Amino acid sequence: MSVVEIAEEESVKRGGAKILAVYLKLGELSGVVKDALLSSYEMACEGTVLQGSRLVIEELRVVVNCPKCLAPRTLASAQRFLCPECQSPVTDVIQGRELHVAAVEIETAELEGLEVSS
Amino acid sequence: MSLHPRLVEVRQNVLKQNDIVARELRQRFHDAGVYVVSLVSSPGSGKTAFLEQTLTLLRPNRRVAALVGDLATDNDAVRLARSQVPVKQITTGTLCHLEAAMVRNALDGWDLEKLDFLFIENVGNLVCPASYDIGEDLRVVLLSVTEGEDKPLKYPAIFNTADAAVLTKMDLAEAVEFDLAAAERNVNLVRPGMPLLRVSSKTGTGMEEWLRFLSSSCALREPSPR
Repeated sequence: MSVVEIAEEESVKRGGAKILAVYLKLGELSGVVKDALLSSYEMACEGTVLQGSRLVIEELRVVVNCPKCLAPRTLASAQRFLCPECQSPVTDVIQGRELHVAAVEIETAELEGLEVSS
Repeated sequence: MSLHPRLVEVRQNVLKQNDIVARELRQRFHDAGVYVVSLVSSPGSGKTAFLEQTLTLLRPNRRVAALVGDLATDNDAVRLARSQVPVKQITTGTLCHLEAAMVRNALDGWDLEKLDFLFIENVGNLVCPASYDIGEDLRVVLLSVTEGEDKPLKYPAIFNTADAAVLTKMDLAEAVEFDLAAAERNVNLVRPGMPLLRVSSKTGTGMEEWLRFLSSSCALREPSPR
């Protein structure tokens, strides 16, 4: 399932609403390159309810559990898996592999001043 | 009535579907008692030669088979078939990596219970294969001495998701002034403690140690899948 398909699914749930933006969380270890995503996004959206939407990418640093400090530590770079505090080698990754659609911004038609209840 | 923008929380893993299939595959491999090893590397690092050697050496004593992913040709499958083990090609077309569903489909008609080892050669690429779990027990990343010692730093994601690294084309190490210590240091920086083996598929150097490593990894396999 792709980023576009996930957003389309949300649109379908809301009667085909137009998607204005997609918010993506992208980990440094996801294996996905931000620029490649951004440059292919427009093309992928063409002819869908996402056409003309924005892709907002939040890049996530690698966070590991340091076995010595017994605390989560954020790595300055994925090229150096050493605890920034105590320099111990670290392997337990708790953040940084994400490729998640966090949210979508959709266009909704609402009746002004009315709460719709079901 | 007017139109409003509204933020809707989704929180969905883009690769969720692949992860589900990979988990099913891992369970299936485990139930059948087959140990699955995937090979990832850049194009031209010697995956096919290394695999051909491995299959040939294992074949007399173990029941082995291989799946090989490639963009367009079946050249690699033809080469691997020389080792006289069952080999199946997965042609990915324009896709630069294997996905779990492709592996599942390629297994159609194979009796996994009749295998001890299944090798999966991924498409030559150090980027995208990092993101896709294909149900393997052991992910091996290959690095040839002709590529340079800094590959692990350039592609930390793939090295970080691997379980072992193999330095290939060691017979050329001297000719290209390969800095082994630097390579070891770099592998250790992106994946501390990862086993690093050295082989030459051409001369056979290091192959015995690799096979010993395979046997011990297989024996140490977790009793239940991750």
